[in-house]
Amino acid sequence: MSRRRTMRRAATAVALLLLCAPAAYAAERSQKAEIAHDGQEFDEVERGLYLATVGDCAACHTVPGEKPYAGGRAIDTPFGTLLAPNLTPDRATGIGAWSDDDFVSAVQDGRGHGGQRLYPAMPYPYFTKMSRADVLALRAYLGALEPVHNAVRANQLPFPFDIRASMIGWNWLFFTPGRFVPVIGKSDEWNRGAYLVEGPGHCGACHTEKNFLGGDETSRALQGGAIQGWYSPNLTGDPRRGLGGWSVDEVVEYLKTGHNRTGAATGPMSEVIADSTSHLTDEDLKAIAVYLKDRPAPQSAPTPVAASDPAMRVGAAIYVDECQACHRAAGTGVANLFPAMKDNPVVQSADPTTLIRVLLHGTQNVATDAAPTGASMPAFGWKLTDAQAAAVLTYIRNSWGNAAPAVSAGDVGNGRQQRLSEGVP
Amino acid sequence: MQVSRRTLLAGTALAVVAVSAAPAAARVIAGGLPWRPDAGAPPPPVTANPGVWVFFTPEEGAAIEALVDRLIPPDPKTPGGKDAGCAVFIDRQLAGPYGSAQALYMRPPFADGTPQQGPQSPLTPAMRYRQSLAALDKYCRDAFAGKSFAQLTDAQKDELIGRLEKGPIHLDGASATAFFEILLTNTKEGFFSDPVYGGNRGMVGWKMIGFPGARYDYRDWIDKHNQRYPLPPVGIGGRPEWGGA
Amino acid sequence: MTQKLPATDAVIIGLGWTGSIMAEALTRAGLNVVAIERGPWRDTATDFPTTYAQDELRYHIRHDLFLRPAQETMTFRNNAGQTALPIRTWGSFMPPNGVGGGGVHWNAETWRFLPSDFQLRSHLTQRYGAKFLPADMTIQDWGVTYDDLEPHYDKFEYLCGTSGKAGNIKGANQEGGNPYEGARTRDYPTPPQKQPYGPSLFADAARSMGYKPFPQPSGNLSQAYTNWLGVTLGPCTYCGFCEWFGCGNYSKASPQTTLLPVLVRRPNFEARTRCEVVQINLDKSRKRATGVTYVDVNGKSWEQPAGLVLLCAFQLFNVHLLLHSGIGAPYDPQTGTGVIGRNYSYQVTSSVNAFFDNQNFNPFISSGAIGMCIDDYNGDNFDHGPHGFVGGGYMGAVQTNGRPILTTPTPKGTPSWGAAWKKAAAEHYLSTYQFVTHGSCYSYRDAYLDLDPTYTDRLGRKLLRITFDFHENELKMSQYITDRLADIVQKLQPRTMEKNPRKGPYTTTIYQTTHTCGGAVMGSDPKTSAVNRYLQSWDVSNLFVPGASAFPQNAGYNPTDTVCALAFWAADALVNQYLKSPGPLVQA
Repeated sequence: MSRRRTMRRAATAVALLLLCAPAAYAAERSQKAEIAHDGQEFDEVERGLYLATVGDCAACHTVPGEKPYAGGRAIDTPFGTLLAPNLTPDRATGIGAWSDDDFVSAVQDGRGHGGQRLYPAMPYPYFTKMSRADVLALRAYLGALEPVHNAVRANQLPFPFDIRASMIGWNWLFFTPGRFVPVIGKSDEWNRGAYLVEGPGHCGACHTEKNFLGGDETSRALQGGAIQGWYSPNLTGDPRRGLGGWSVDEVVEYLKTGHNRTGAATGPMSEVIADSTSHLTDEDLKAIAVYLKDRPAPQSAPTPVAASDPAMRVGAAIYVDECQACHRAAGTGVANLFPAMKDNPVVQSADPTTLIRVLLHGTQNVATDAAPTGASMPAFGWKLTDAQAAAVLTYIRNSWGNAAPAVSAGDVGNGRQQRLSEGVP
Repeated sequence: MQVSRRTLLAGTALAVVAVSAAPAAARVIAGGLPWRPDAGAPPPPVTANPGVWVFFTPEEGAAIEALVDRLIPPDPKTPGGKDAGCAVFIDRQLAGPYGSAQALYMRPPFADGTPQQGPQSPLTPAMRYRQSLAALDKYCRDAFAGKSFAQLTDAQKDELIGRLEKGPIHLDGASATAFFEILLTNTKEGFFSDPVYGGNRGMVGWKMIGFPGARYDYRDWIDKHNQRYPLPPVGIGGRPEWGGA
Repeated sequence: MTQKLPATDAVIIGLGWTGSIMAEALTRAGLNVVAIERGPWRDTATDFPTTYAQDELRYHIRHDLFLRPAQETMTFRNNAGQTALPIRTWGSFMPPNGVGGGGVHWNAETWRFLPSDFQLRSHLTQRYGAKFLPADMTIQDWGVTYDDLEPHYDKFEYLCGTSGKAGNIKGANQEGGNPYEGARTRDYPTPPQKQPYGPSLFADAARSMGYKPFPQPSGNLSQAYTNWLGVTLGPCTYCGFCEWFGCGNYSKASPQTTLLPVLVRRPNFEARTRCEVVQINLDKSRKRATGVTYVDVNGKSWEQPAGLVLLCAFQLFNVHLLLHSGIGAPYDPQTGTGVIGRNYSYQVTSSVNAFFDNQNFNPFISSGAIGMCIDDYNGDNFDHGPHGFVGGGYMGAVQTNGRPILTTPTPKGTPSWGAAWKKAAAEHYLSTYQFVTHGSCYSYRDAYLDLDPTYTDRLGRKLLRITFDFHENELKMSQYITDRLADIVQKLQPRTMEKNPRKGPYTTTIYQTTHTCGGAVMGSDPKTSAVNRYLQSWDVSNLFVPGASAFPQNAGYNPTDTVCALAFWAADALVNQYLKSPGPLVQA
C-alpha cells in the first residue's frame, strides 16, 4: 500500500475514532458504566427507585391507596381497557419468577415473560431507549418491594384487539427498538434531558399526537396530544403554544412545584408532578428543560380573533363578570394560585380540549410540598351555555396578545359529551 | 350524662339533613384536599309559569300577587312587586325548606315569651301564609260584599294593608301583624334577591337602587371615590350581554 | 352499642380555627391526630365558589353556612326571673358549623386586645379604685399578659397574611397605625387594604379633630401572600360578600386558605366530618380524659380513645360539652361558686346612620374588615373618671356590605312599604353610610350559662341556657362612645344623622355580633376559672380548651386574633412543656 493511502486510511480511522469516541463516552456517561449486576446493592436499588420515579411507573402499576406496584389499575385506551400487571416480586402473580432478561426484554422490546407481546400502553417504544443497566436498576428496586399476591388479568380489551399477536404488525409499523444514542454537538446536559424525555420519562406518550392506530405522529413529536379527555400541551420551544415563553428556570419551577409565573399543573399532569417530576434532582429538571426548549417548532403566527367579533364581545362581558376576580382584568392571574391567561401556552393550545374541560367541570391544581395550596377552579358548566363557554374561551385565547383559533359551541358540546361518557370519576 | 342508645336512635330518626342541596362531603378526609369534577350545589333556577303555583292555590296566588303589587307598587321607572316576580318568589320559597321551617328548632313546648326571646310560634311560614290568607280572604268577603282582596281597589287594598301593619284589624284565627311582617320581609327578599329565585325579574330591583349584583371584582373601582359604578348588574344566571341560551 | 376504635394520640373536637391550629402544632410534633367535626367538610371551589357565592338570600338570610337550630340551639332569658325559651331561629349571633368553623364566614377583622385588657381588674382597680367598679361586675385578670401573647399574635397574623399598618413597633410609634396598640415586634405581613370613599371621608374628619385614624387590620388581604406553611392566598377583590359568606377567591384568611391544605397532607392527620362528639370520657378518678364518644351521620355511636383531648368547638359548645361531660363544677349564680358557665359575656355595638345628599359611597364595594377607625375611646385609653363607667370600643367607618335585601336604608319615619318606601329606597341606597362602634362587654355575676331544665336537642341532651342582659355600665359606655362617633360624623355634614346607641334589654332577635365569650374562663385561680393560663383544664390535665370560652370578659375588639393567639400560646405549652412532662402545667 502506498504511503499516501495508508496515511489516508489512518486519518479516516482516526477521524472515525474521534467521531465515535465522544458518542461512546457520552453514552457511557449518560447511561453510567456497566457494573456487575447484583440487584441487591443499596445504591442500585436507590437508582432504580429514582428511575421508577422518573418513569412514574406507579401511575399505572399502583392502585391509589393499595400496595405499591401490585397492579390492577385500569388503563383506558382508545381500544379498550387494560389492567396494569403486578410488578412486585411475588412469584405466582408478580414478576418474582422472571429472569433479568425477561424483564429487560419487556421494558426495552415489549416482549414479556414467555415472549408474550405487551401492548404499548406499556410505553416500551420509549423505554427501549433505556440502557440495560438502568433497566436492571429498576428491576433491583422492584425486587426490593413487598411481594403482593394479586392476580391481574391484564388483557381486558375487546375482540379483536385482545389478540396480542396483532402487536407484531403494530411494532413493525410504529416501533423502532434501540438504546438512546446521544447527539454529537449537543451538551451533556441536553443529552441527559433527551434521555430522560425520550426514554424513561416517556413524555411523548401523552404529549405527542397519536395516529388512528395509536402510534406516534413522529413528525409532530412533543407538539401536543389528546389524552383521556384532556389535551397535553406542546413541549417544544414554540413561543406561543410551547415552552418558548418560559425560561429554563421557569420550566424547572413548574416541574418541581407544579406552578410558575403563568402556569399551574392540573388534570393528569398533577399526578406526574406530584409523583414524579417534583422528586427529580434540579440538574435533571434543568436538563429536561434545556432539551425541550431546544425542540424545533413549526412557526405559528395565528391571527388573533378581533376584539370586535361578536363572540369576543360576549366573551369579554363574561370574563369581566366571572373570571377576572381570580384571573385578573389583565389576565395575569396570581402566581402559585390562579394561572395567568396572558401568554399561557395551555390557553393558546391548538386544541382547546383542556380549556373546555376545566371551564365546564372545574379542576384542582396540584399540591406539592413546595406549593401545597392545591387551589381549585369551580365548575361553570351549569352556568354557561355552549355558546357562552365558547365565547369566553375564544376571548381568553385572543386577548392580551394571545392568538389562537376560536372555540365553537360545537366544541364545547363535544366536551360535555366526552365527560358524560366517562361516567363517575 | 350518658346518652342512651335508644335516645340516640330516637333522636336520629328526627335528625334533619342539611337544608341546601349541599354535596355529600367525604366523611373521612386524609392525604389531600378532596375534589371531584362538577362539585358544588348551585341554586336550581326557578321557572315561572304564569298562573301555575307550586305552593299557593290559584286564589291564594291571586291574593299574594295583589298584595305584593301594593307593597311595592309599579311606577313608570320600576315595575311593582307582581311584575318583579315577588309572588312567584314567595310561592317557591314556601314550597321549599324555608316554608317548612326545616332548619329551625320546632320542638315543643311552645310558650309566649318576651320580645327579646324571639319567635316562639309553632307555625311554619307555609302554615302562617295559608292560615293568614284564609283569614284575610274571609275578612275581605265579609267587609267588601263578597270581594276577594285581589278584587278591591288600590285605595282599599292600601288601607287594609295599613291596618294589617298597625291595626286595628281582627283576622279570624290569624295574627295580622305577624302576617304583615313576614309578607313584607318576603316581598322585599323577592324584590332584591338574585333572579334565580324567581323574583327581581330582569334585575329590576337592583337597577332601581344601583346594586351591580353578583359581581366579584371591584379592584379597579376601590379608588374611584364618589363616582358612579358604570357596569350593569349581573345575576348568578348572567345578564343580557352574555347572549341568550 | 358504642364501638370502640383504636386509640390515637390526640383527638380534637371541632375543626375550626383553634382546632386547625392545634392540629398543625401536634402533627408537626409527631402526634397522631384525629379531628372530629360535627359539620361537613368545606372547600372553597365546592362550597363557596365564585360562581354562586354572591347570594345574599341563601347565605345571609337563609343562613346556609351556619349551624341549623334544628341540629343544636340554646335557650335564652334576660334574667333568672324569666323562663328561658329556645332560640328557634338565629338572630343576635350565628353559630358556625362545618370544617373551618367561624373562620369560613367571619369578617376577618383582626384586632389585638390592649395590654391593659389582660389585667383588667388590677388595672382598673389601680387607676380608679375598687369602688369605681360595680359590685356585681366579675371581671378578672387573664393569667397571661399581652407580652406573653405578642409572639403568638404575630404568628397568627403571619399565618393569615393580615393587612394593616402597625402603630407601635417595639415601643416606637408609627405614623398611620393605631397609637394605642400594644408594642408589636414587626409590622403586618401585608400593607393595609385600599379604602373606599366612606372610610376616607371619616378618616379626614377624624384627623381634623385631632384623632389618629388608621386602617382596620384586615384578614381580607391587600395582596397575594404565601404564609409560613407555604400556603398562598390571593388579593381581596372587595366583592362585598364577605361576612356570612365563604370567600370564593382564596383571599380571606380561614383554616381553608391558611392551614388545611398542609394539614391534610400530613400522614398523621385525619378529619372525620359529620360526626358529633357527645361526651368527653373520663377515667374513674375523673381527673383524666380517656377520649371521646361521638355519633356519626348514621346515628351510630363510637368511642375514640386518646391520650390528649382538645376541646376546640365554638365557645357556646365548649361550655355545653363540659357541662354534659361533668368536667368542672357548674357555676351557681346564687352562691357565686363553680366555674363552668361563669362569666358569660358578649359585645356591645352601636351605630350612627348618616344620610347624605350628593355622595356616592358605592356600598357594594366592600370587604369584611375594610375601614378606617380610631381607638381613642377603647378600653382604658381615656380617663373614665368623669364618666362613671368602664370599658369602651373602637369606632369608625367599616364598610362591609351593600347587599340590598338587608341594606336599603331609609330615614326614620319613612313608610316601610308603598310608593314612598320605593322612592326612598332608591334615593338613599348609594348615599347613606352607617358608622359603627364596637364596644367591650364586661362580665357580671348574673350573666352565665348552664343547662336548660326543659328543652333538649335532637340527641335528647339538655340545651345550653343563656342568661344575659346588658348592664348599666355597658349602656352608659355605648351611649358615650356613640355620641363621640356622632361628633365626628357631624363633621361630614350629612343631611340627617340617626344615633343608635345600644339599648337594653338585650335581644336575640337582631344581629349584633357572634362574639359570645366566657363560660370556661382562663385564670390563675381554680375557684374562678375553668382552665389555667395555658388553657389546660384545672380538673382534667390532659384536656385543653381553647376558644373565646376562655375570655374572662370581652374587650372592645373582635375576638378572633386573641382566640388564635391563645391557641398558639397553648399549643406551644402543650408541645414544649406538656408532652415532655404530662400533668398539670400550673400548680393550683
